[in-house]
Amino acid sequence: MNLTLKIWRQKNAKDKGKMVNYQIADVSPDMSFLEMLDVLNNQLIEKGDEPVAFDHDCREGICGMCSLYINGEAHGPDRGITTCQLHMRKFKDGDTIYIEPFRAKAFPVIKDLVVDRSAFDRVQHAGGFVSVNTSGNTQDANAIPINKQDADAAFDAATCIGCGACVATCKNSSAMLFVSAKVSQYALLPQGQVEATDRVLNMVKQMDEEGFGNCTNTGACEVECPKGISLENIARMNREYLKASLKG
Amino acid sequence: MALDSKIPSGPLADKWTKHKNEINLVNPANKRLIDVIVVGTGLAGGSAAATLAELGYNVKAFCFQDSPRRAHSIAAQGGINAAKNYQGDGDSTYRLFYDTVKGGDYRSREANVYRLAEVSANIIDQCVAQGVPFARDYGGLLDNRSFGGVLVSRTFYAKGQTGQQLLLGAYSAMNRQIGRGKIKMYNRHEMLDVVIVDGKARGIIARNLVTGEIERHSAHAVVLGTGGYGNVFFLSTNAMGSNVTAAWKAHKRGAYFANPCYTQIHPTCIPVSGDHQSKLTLMSESLRNDGRIWVPKNIKDVEAIRAGKLRPTDLAEEDRDYYLERRYPAFGNLVPRDVASRAAKERCDAGYGVNATGEAVYLDFAAAIQRYGKEQAHIKGLNENDAALVKKLGQEVVRTKYGNLFQMYEKIVDQNPYETPMMIYPAVHYTMGGIWVDYNLQTTVPGLYAIGEANFSDHGANRLGASALMQGLADGYFVLPYTIGDYLSDDIRTGPISTDSPEFEEAEKNVRDNINHLVNNNGSKPVDYFHKKLGKIMWNKCGMSRNEKELKEAIEEISSLRKEFWSDVRVPGGADEFNEELAKAGRVADFLELGELFAKDALLREESAGGHFREEYQTEEGEAKRRKEFQFVSAWEYKGEPKDALLHKEDLVYENIEVKERSYK
Repeated sequence: MNLTLKIWRQKNAKDKGKMVNYQIADVSPDMSFLEMLDVLNNQLIEKGDEPVAFDHDCREGICGMCSLYINGEAHGPDRGITTCQLHMRKFKDGDTIYIEPFRAKAFPVIKDLVVDRSAFDRVQHAGGFVSVNTSGNTQDANAIPINKQDADAAFDAATCIGCGACVATCKNSSAMLFVSAKVSQYALLPQGQVEATDRVLNMVKQMDEEGFGNCTNTGACEVECPKGISLENIARMNREYLKASLKG
Repeated sequence: MALDSKIPSGPLADKWTKHKNEINLVNPANKRLIDVIVVGTGLAGGSAAATLAELGYNVKAFCFQDSPRRAHSIAAQGGINAAKNYQGDGDSTYRLFYDTVKGGDYRSREANVYRLAEVSANIIDQCVAQGVPFARDYGGLLDNRSFGGVLVSRTFYAKGQTGQQLLLGAYSAMNRQIGRGKIKMYNRHEMLDVVIVDGKARGIIARNLVTGEIERHSAHAVVLGTGGYGNVFFLSTNAMGSNVTAAWKAHKRGAYFANPCYTQIHPTCIPVSGDHQSKLTLMSESLRNDGRIWVPKNIKDVEAIRAGKLRPTDLAEEDRDYYLERRYPAFGNLVPRDVASRAAKERCDAGYGVNATGEAVYLDFAAAIQRYGKEQAHIKGLNENDAALVKKLGQEVVRTKYGNLFQMYEKIVDQNPYETPMMIYPAVHYTMGGIWVDYNLQTTVPGLYAIGEANFSDHGANRLGASALMQGLADGYFVLPYTIGDYLSDDIRTGPISTDSPEFEEAEKNVRDNINHLVNNNGSKPVDYFHKKLGKIMWNKCGMSRNEKELKEAIEEISSLRKEFWSDVRVPGGADEFNEELAKAGRVADFLELGELFAKDALLREESAGGHFREEYQTEEGEAKRRKEFQFVSAWEYKGEPKDALLHKEDLVYENIEVKERSYK
């Protein structure tokens, strides 16, 4: 396939940035989207140009490092995947593809398509843990039986990869899906109960301080989430938050 | 320097307890005066950083990713072993120890492996207390599955995302300490040298990957949890950024590098599809619990399949060769990885590969779907003879067990593995070799430690499935935090380490010179060109089978490729900015040195053991043939060029286990 790429280029955080056109030929449908960008970058380097900066690492959809807003959708046109799992067979010969960074006030651009998502880490520092020391003296694992449905629901929430697609997709740049996934994981497990009140209050407070927007229940985050994290988590976090506020 | 493994005296089962009782401790008030650097935030580094901080040390942690949660441990799929014996199937600490030593083809250190087995049960307790959502049965208790090379079910799992859940557990423990200010986290930082002052590791030089700034960081000890070097093959299941640089810089500063040739080629990965390919994707070993591996019995069927005239599902049972079940009836599809990989290669080399390149075999779930479907129909009181219903019910069971893996496969290959068998082929996955460490996990440089995949000690010549997660967390949560105290107890009066010393100066200059050379080289070829070329040499001549002639060629070819790299690599952009090509260039430069040492080590080892298969040393049935005179660890000392590396041997002594022919028949 031959494609036209319109890619966001921005030298650094202070640069204004703009869309730049590139032509790429002989793209194989079996290539992944990022492999297509690898080919483009090697062509740019050989021509003496600067390659396009983008984040990526595991290239199997689990590390959450890759991002990209492709043709107006976080992680591109396929569902239930990250950009690194998107393959070129989803495009047609002659297509024009728009490639932009994840955009949100809380995710400033570092260079080209690379953004700073450390706000997510700071939300986790505020309460995304169970306070238990690694002494090796914890009770036997099977001393805490957990109902299978709860364990499975906690697992589903815990599969969030922290990629930020939910924020990039949301018209308010809200991080509710991300934060609620972590709050839910612990809310569903007995291990999380002791600190439940502080956790939800502190994490929500930090979320607000980072400049993420409010949730207006459009549900776009759930649609674009590569891991299918459910909106139910947001509802659960709202209940947890209300409960905690009344206690506090 | 003679190698001293510092194995405590006394009976095997008492060594660790005795050692912990006898080593020096640092009192809590003094721990506040001591700084520790941890490089890498995977299962080993992340768990170590969190635990050291809990104990009271001031920790500085570094990762090259944008968050510690993204370290490549996250991609581990199938599970983590622990000798809990929850299934009552005869498991025990000794049996886990025995399986690991045998699985490693009697090339690992007894005392380390026993300790690993001993602390394994604690890991599960710890992770559950942290809120790691392991799979459970309907009674609410933890579930287990089986992995290769063992006859018990001791693998704990969280669907196909066990590594993710365990890493997020360690990450959460780190977050708690970051929030308390006990860990200072440096994301998007790459360690480019270790600084030795008066013979002790006292800090690192790191590059801020966002600004390009070169930074000095000091500490009383340095811990490397920087993973393996599988990316020396270019194509592997490792993440794109996984690299040997931290370990290699440590090697250049005096840490011996052990058994570099021991590489794990994992049997079940998605086959290579073309030259554009940037990495390979693993399909978890857990799939071999339910998948059966086969190729057609007759060449004419192979040809028909390749030509697209025959579908694998159309082939009658008697026309299929379930070669693992045929060759290894006792372990069947669950033989260890090295054995399964070689068997796949043997069939494909004989012409039975089922895809266009001839490098693929089938992994088939039809039988499991039938079995589970019938079971479900029975439980639900439905018609067990309704084929469509049974298939549907069976597929649902398989989806709950392996759903995410099947989805990954479908996205990459564009085929539905619920309906047609997966195609798989071996790929580089893990490196058993690594920095040499003693029983305390200290390298040959005082104050420099290596944990997890970065060290060499526990898996011998082949690692068993679900043991990498176990080792990473054992080292980080339960071993290193204690053993490092013994060393640091001498440092309670040292005070802060200054970065204003000639040693830091020299190390920083080194780093800067290297970077300046790369950005000003103005060559003609991008970094990937060299990395791919190195990968081809490694795969063809140091891969699943090796011989003297090709290893000698590999040494020459890598050496000349390295020269070409330094004269002709082109790194665009500058040193003082975000520049991924520059970061890549530094990593490939180190792979080009390691690769040569790797080949040299493989050449020296005139035997076959685990993942190291020398064609000259095999039994009549084509199995690996160990040789008594090679029952040692080869630990290499840096002497300039890789070809000049000096060999030190650590003899391996087996007092608690009988060394015999490794058989899975």
